Amino acid sequence: MWRAMGALLMRDLRIAVRHGGESLMPLIFLFSVLILVPLGVGPGPTLLSAIAPGMVWVAALLASLLALEHLFRPDLEDGTLEQWWLGHLPVIGLVLVRLFSHWFITGLPVILFAPLAAQMLYLPNEALGILMLSLLIGTPILSLIGGLAAALTLGTNRGSVLLSILVFPLVVPVLIFATGAVSVAADGLSARAHLTLLCALLMLAVTLVPLAVAAALKLNIE
Amino acid sequence: MTTLLKASGVSFERAGEAVFHPIDVTLEKGKALVFLGPNGCGKTTLLRLLAGILGPAVGHVERFAATAFLGHLPGLKGELTCRENLYFLRRFHGMPGLEPNRALARVGLAGLGLRPARALSAGQKRRLGLAGLLVAQRSVWLLDEPYASLDDAGGELVDELLTEHLDQGGAVGLSTHQRQPRIQHPLSNLHMDRMTHGDSD
Repeated sequence: MWRAMGALLMRDLRIAVRHGGESLMPLIFLFSVLILVPLGVGPGPTLLSAIAPGMVWVAALLASLLALEHLFRPDLEDGTLEQWWLGHLPVIGLVLVRLFSHWFITGLPVILFAPLAAQMLYLPNEALGILMLSLLIGTPILSLIGGLAAALTLGTNRGSVLLSILVFPLVVPVLIFATGAVSVAADGLSARAHLTLLCALLMLAVTLVPLAVAAALKLNIE
Repeated sequence: MTTLLKASGVSFERAGEAVFHPIDVTLEKGKALVFLGPNGCGKTTLLRLLAGILGPAVGHVERFAATAFLGHLPGLKGELTCRENLYFLRRFHGMPGLEPNRALARVGLAGLGLRPARALSAGQKRRLGLAGLLVAQRSVWLLDEPYASLDDAGGELVDELLTEHLDQGGAVGLSTHQRQPRIQHPLSNLHMDRMTHGDSD
């Protein structure tokens, strides 16, 4: 079981490296947003530091959406997806691996570059730790929910619009608690309540989403 | 005779309509079963059902050994080289079989190990798919039109691979409408007919 999951992970990451530029898109996207925002709303530190948590999080969400269209579709079209159901393979584990590699490409770079983003938007230094923590807990939820939407829209041609419509309402709680955590931390208060709720959402998503994704993929294969 | 795969009274429904009549299939060690019938009679569906990719609407399938399925889609990643594709399959399906370079040589693709799979011709892709069967040991082979887009030498290659697999105690289920397998092993045919609407009950 671990062998198959490891093999899939290595192959997914190798293909991501082969695609090079395409895999860097989420990061480029993040910084385009972060550079455009001060141009749009004005470069004043007061306003920027107030909207910083929200901007970083919206950029993370959009970066995660970018790669969703290609999460399962190439595998459906070249026949590698149907091979997952040959009986001796752990489908739920494979789904988790695929969602992990999506997070690795879209979520992790955002977390790693969050300090730079925070500096660009004048986020108070004491809130930076909480911003990174909220991204660490929250971006996997984005990948999980996005993966579910990607699996459900696999049968539709050009499902990307439908995909966004499916994802946005489901990630509202994540955005509320994550940006809330950073805001209260910037005000010098404890963000523990927000982060705990975010953890609860992550647990819920990790346990339920892979089951739903596996069922949705199976429907699309038939 | 050891039974490696047994399907009893299986059928599949699309939009509430049965694709074929409930059917019994038994695949035994050292034997090949050939599914014959006109286009649209459900050969591919039946093979996918036996492989586990589809769930039967009625009846049930019991698998007593690991199964390999080779369908119309090659199941290969064009971005990866031939060798990388085979190394992946070898680890992915457990039970390692032939070493990838030797599998490539076996199917006549020696020297193409470093070529990206997308740069292969249709026939070469089929051959790479066949090499994929060799790199991971699976006793039951379910092959959907294995002779499609192969030249005469390719057809003979398929026959040789089938013979070797059956010699090693494997079982084969395959569909074809171009060429009958020319092998020494026991071969039975299963004729399927297209469903006519209204006689499903």
